[in-house]
Amino acid sequence: MLNASLKELSAALAQRKISSVELTRLFLERVEKLNGSLNAFITVDAEKSLAQARAADERIVKGATQPLTGIPVAHKDIFVTRSWLTTCGSRILSNFVSPYDAHVIERFNGAGAVILGKTNMDEFAMGSSSETSFYGPVKNPWGQAYVPGGSSGGSAAAVAARMAPAATGTDTGGSIRQPAALSGVSGLKPTYGLVSRYGMIAFASSLDQGGPLAKSAEDLALLLNAMAGFDARDSTSVERVAEDYRRELDKPLAGLRIGVPKEHFGEGLAGDVGRAVEAALEEFEKLGAKRVPIGLPNSGLSVPAYYVIAPAEASSNLSRFDGVRYGHRAKEYRDLADMYRRTRAEGFGAEVRRRILIGTYVLSHGYYDAYYLKAQKIRRLIANDFVEAFKRCDVVVGPTSPTVAFKIGAKAADPVQMYLNDIYTIPANLAGLPGMSIPCGFGRDNLPVGLHIVGNYFSEAKMLNVAHQYQKATDWHKREPAGIQP
Amino acid sequence: MNWEIVIGLEAHVQLSTASKMFSGGSTAFGAPPNTQANAVDIALPGVLPVANKGAVERAIRFGLAVGGEKLINRRSVFARKNYFYPDLPKGYQISQYELPIVKGGEIRILTKSGEKAIRLTRAHLEEDAGKSLHEAFQDMSGIDLNRAGVPLLEIVSEPDMRSAEEAVAYARALHFLVVEEIEICDGNMQEGSFRCDANVSVRRPGGALGTRAEIKNLNSFRFLERAIEFDAKRQIEILEGGGKIVQETRLYDPDRDETRSLRTKEEAHDYRYFPDPDLPPLVVKGEWIRQVKDAMPESLRERHKRIVFYGVAAQKADLHIASRTSSTFALSTFAGAPKEEVPTLSNWILGPLSAKLNEENLDIRDSKVSPDQLKELSKRVADGTISATAATSVVLPALWEKEGPVDEIIERRGLKQISDAGAIEKIVDRVLASNAKQVEDYRAGKEKAFNSLVGQVMKETQGKANPAQVNEILKRKLTD
Repeated sequence: MLNASLKELSAALAQRKISSVELTRLFLERVEKLNGSLNAFITVDAEKSLAQARAADERIVKGATQPLTGIPVAHKDIFVTRSWLTTCGSRILSNFVSPYDAHVIERFNGAGAVILGKTNMDEFAMGSSSETSFYGPVKNPWGQAYVPGGSSGGSAAAVAARMAPAATGTDTGGSIRQPAALSGVSGLKPTYGLVSRYGMIAFASSLDQGGPLAKSAEDLALLLNAMAGFDARDSTSVERVAEDYRRELDKPLAGLRIGVPKEHFGEGLAGDVGRAVEAALEEFEKLGAKRVPIGLPNSGLSVPAYYVIAPAEASSNLSRFDGVRYGHRAKEYRDLADMYRRTRAEGFGAEVRRRILIGTYVLSHGYYDAYYLKAQKIRRLIANDFVEAFKRCDVVVGPTSPTVAFKIGAKAADPVQMYLNDIYTIPANLAGLPGMSIPCGFGRDNLPVGLHIVGNYFSEAKMLNVAHQYQKATDWHKREPAGIQP
Repeated sequence: MNWEIVIGLEAHVQLSTASKMFSGGSTAFGAPPNTQANAVDIALPGVLPVANKGAVERAIRFGLAVGGEKLINRRSVFARKNYFYPDLPKGYQISQYELPIVKGGEIRILTKSGEKAIRLTRAHLEEDAGKSLHEAFQDMSGIDLNRAGVPLLEIVSEPDMRSAEEAVAYARALHFLVVEEIEICDGNMQEGSFRCDANVSVRRPGGALGTRAEIKNLNSFRFLERAIEFDAKRQIEILEGGGKIVQETRLYDPDRDETRSLRTKEEAHDYRYFPDPDLPPLVVKGEWIRQVKDAMPESLRERHKRIVFYGVAAQKADLHIASRTSSTFALSTFAGAPKEEVPTLSNWILGPLSAKLNEENLDIRDSKVSPDQLKELSKRVADGTISATAATSVVLPALWEKEGPVDEIIERRGLKQISDAGAIEKIVDRVLASNAKQVEDYRAGKEKAFNSLVGQVMKETQGKANPAQVNEILKRKLTD
């Protein structure tokens, strides 16, 4: 059961081979056993989960089921959940209980899924290692000395360690795809606007996008069916006809044009990762796809542009955490300014403070044009690179991350090294394109390597087809970390 | 040497939508603190703004009224103005910065020195902040977020005004436009629905613009006038004493009738404006503008024409269009009334009815006498059932007190005129017999004596005799 696909779990529930309560209990026990060492979850509340599971079982008895009814799903602690703590990995929200559910949570609740718990993450999703959480670092199930990637590291680790059959994440510069790669699971960041951001605590509004993490592309398709959809409460949500993202899964790949950007195979790419990706490309050729060399000439500018735009938006988005209405407030202060200063100094960790400072700086009078406006121009150039690329190919494929997982603490003192982790994933966010990562082998120290697939706008079904066909031909996604020590 | 005062105004006009600029929260005034602030208004984690269509349409109306379709930007951008204050829940205000919804336009004003056009720089949509209450709590401040997110249209003028009088005339004209003409604001200044910031500077006539002071939050025409007068005088005194004006924000204190410095330019915030990534650019298509245009209320100029067409003198029609509601009342009164009765109806509205409304401090839309009742009443005067005097002095007040339908009141109060010639003749004979002296005087050429005789007849009939008939019968009898 721990290794079963969502389709299998759904069938088992429908055939009453297992109840939702039993299934939920099974995963809760797994969480209880492993969370002490992996720290993938911030909040677990068995009673609440089991109450939902009981309701799901009643639905199953009545036959009023949807594909996810009764299936436990772990949610990144960035999605607000009524009556659950929602911390965003931060001390400043360490006491926050939302009075409303995020749109994504509403969708899962509506589908009859069970909330398994809230997963650990980099504070306010700012990080690529899940080390900046106020609740301590998440450990990589493939080796506990290593980071699981971030910021959705808790979700990735939970799926990798089979503590959850599926999880949600958010991706601003790679926060679903990079942890999926480093933890050996599949993750999808949809086209910007496909999944509502309502109730998803904002980091950088123009880049943030929610998406699923799971063991396979097929599972991702099922999860995306539940998550995607227009929401009038998010003005950037895209109004389009609902689609079944499973519909193209079984299409053969013959004739598929795979764009291979030379910029993603140059300096900085570790040999072990490069070799695994090359092997994957060869696998695709065996499946009938052909390689098309492409260029993304402006992708070298993506990290600097991202580290202007994302902190700029974050500095403003995080202003609401001021200790006035909710969240942490300093115990003692002299006056209003001192209250703000102490509350935010105590409430935010170092990385969040750094990004707020950068963002405040780039938006300041006299600097705005040189930084923010210029970064927006670069953003358009990067989007145009992809427009050109997609004239010649159907998907762009490369490594998700330049290296396999690194040791906890290894990059904590060097933010720029940390930021370079997302060099291949950031362009998709800047362009608003969908991107995904699937396991494609192992590198140094038997750590997983992720394959990055970027598609054109709203081509999620095609990307899932590409990934699923690859997963039918390989078994990297079925490998699980051995010997996790409780 | 004399000085010239230069004034530009920024008016904050609260738009009369039921819900807020970016949320479904209610905008109703006066609810208990924080009962009209929803998740979006209090900026809970994860909430997002959605622009209010009604507010955008009101801004379009304004653009159409001050210059037409060409003033409306087909693409405008919401921006964040960042600063920390407890009554600003998000830590930023959503406003429009580089691309406002309306650019340019003008407002015409009338002062002692004649008509003048005041140019507008722009008008942009934004949300209001909440309210901080510092007095009611010891060592603490209270925050009321009911007002947070209420939609505002900020209307910025060019520095085209040259006196406090002109500034007040502009503010009044603008107030009239938004409240009465295009109905986008309720105009209640006590409740803060219309407030002004004044930019004031002085210079030698023809010289370069001087350094300005911005006086914030003037919520009455009187305060606006006083604040400008005080500050211009203050600036002139500084300059004449050899000093320099510092650019600063000032507050007007009505209790002391003076302005005080709030912060100087050096202390000013850096608002770090940038386009709000939660809101796509506001796109206004021509089709939408046309829809808004079609739904615009009839202009009061147009209504004036119609009122005159009904038969009211132009100068009196001016009074009927003093407000949207009074023009509506007048038009529904005149509609369907016989043309010859319209002047009387107009006089009733402007005279006795207005007096009643003033007395009870009511807007004409809340009048206790309806246009239809006025028409029924004028019919009864026209057909001779009652006298005009009885109509205004007895029936109108009775209608106001809701004593019942016109005919019932006439009946119950016994106001019906005596129009029976035989009956009047008998009374006239009696009066003539007992007033021999007046009869003699009249015949000797004293016209006044006739009036006295009429009065006697009316007194005998308790005012119910038809005056025209009394005159006629008396004349006939006296010349016999």
